[in-house]
Amino acid sequence: MTASAAAREAVAVTGLGAITPLGPDVAAFEEGLLNGRSGVHLLDGPEFADLPARLAATVDLTGRLERVEARTLDRVQQVALVAAREAWAHAGTPEVDPERLAVVVGSGIGGALTILSQDAVLREKGPRRVSPHLVPMLMPNGPAATVGLEIGARAGVHCPVSACASGAEALAYALDLLRSGRADVVVAGGAEACVHPLPLAGFAQMRALSTRHDEPEAASRPYDKGRDGFVLGEGSGILVLETEAHAAARGARVHARLAGAGLASDAHHVTAPDPSGAGAARSIAAALRDAGLGPEDVGHINAHATSTPLGDLAEARAFATALGSHRPPVTATKSNTGHLLGAAGAVEAIAAVLALRSGVVPAIRNLDDLDDEADVDAVRTVARQHPHEVALSTSFGFGGHDISLVLTT
Amino acid sequence: MSNAATATRTELLAGIAEVLEEVAGTPADKVLPEAAFDADLDIDSLTMVEVVVACEEKWDVRIPDEALESLRTVGDALDYISSEAAK
Repeated sequence: MTASAAAREAVAVTGLGAITPLGPDVAAFEEGLLNGRSGVHLLDGPEFADLPARLAATVDLTGRLERVEARTLDRVQQVALVAAREAWAHAGTPEVDPERLAVVVGSGIGGALTILSQDAVLREKGPRRVSPHLVPMLMPNGPAATVGLEIGARAGVHCPVSACASGAEALAYALDLLRSGRADVVVAGGAEACVHPLPLAGFAQMRALSTRHDEPEAASRPYDKGRDGFVLGEGSGILVLETEAHAAARGARVHARLAGAGLASDAHHVTAPDPSGAGAARSIAAALRDAGLGPEDVGHINAHATSTPLGDLAEARAFATALGSHRPPVTATKSNTGHLLGAAGAVEAIAAVLALRSGVVPAIRNLDDLDDEADVDAVRTVARQHPHEVALSTSFGFGGHDISLVLTT
Repeated sequence: MSNAATATRTELLAGIAEVLEEVAGTPADKVLPEAAFDADLDIDSLTMVEVVVACEEKWDVRIPDEALESLRTVGDALDYISSEAAK
């Protein structure tokens, strides 16, 4: 690794939690990635019958929360709570001064399912039947607030909202909180749960979704010539981050480090990616500078790669712009999980930590025929044995948000 | 819907216990006439609104916001529903 005076302090990753379409926890997520499983299925309920795109990647919450606990939490808060509990336990239930403990959990959409179901209550039964829990269930900061209450965080509870970059932006913000001395421990990540006919219809009207209904598990295929859009997913990824000093003092096991974050914006179009990938490239360069590393240090990339025709190529161009001739192996978690929107960046940062820890980069599922215009070393067919020390994880969101994270061993 | 006008106090108490179990998971044996909603049963202000709405639906009575403040205990609610139903 290139040491550099520009490097700012890295922070320790001491806990991981995830509920994803690949399974109930981090272990199932890692097993699913390494074995190339898919979490995508066809939505066969009557409410989805008229939709032009009827694929999704969902999670199973059965038995994960008490009935009473669940009834005042939107599904997006429920997935965040489940992942946060796993991460907190994985970190060894740290003893930390509550006034030095913060939470940053992003969401792209917030409590959409509550808004939609309560709108039906309003129309059918009137305003006096609307739930008094409506507002805390629909607010986008609901998942962050739920996690903050759960662990008793008193150094601040925050919710970056930047569409599909929200989970990554949460980790970038957590890094800032720790570096600036405003907290010793931050529980950070993203959550999303909006599988419902309305969001699906909206994304479908943008022509953003795959319609490969006859082969659901083959629908999410980043960089493949036959890709035709993303698959809507749900779930949550949460990490426990803490200063190196705090982790060392309590003897915590450090799984990896968050060494840098780079934030940029396109100012190009509200939803379309800048075809040149200029903003994405600037965020990658900024993240590497922040970590005090150079392009040649990157050992693998967990790409945003949603499986849309335009987005995947713009991102591939950004890699070439930011990394020059260096072509590290690239993987794309969304080929397995679908697109978890505001949870994606956090879930994929966890995937990057797992790859750093194991020295194995998972293969991109469904990549049968690499797009000629995608100049990337895509990991195909089987996972690649590849011990390395630095991982790059990229996330981009509607609104032109570009967030890159650098993780190290 | 149950008929509060013909229900006995025991039946009304059992009905309130059902509502509290559904809304807040409160064990039925804690739902006694002298139990205070906030201090004894840990019912916060938002959940209390749910309890009121569920009682209104169950017995077809109206519990206006002005009356809500006087409903401190389970017994208060029981008396109120009983008297409203008798009107």
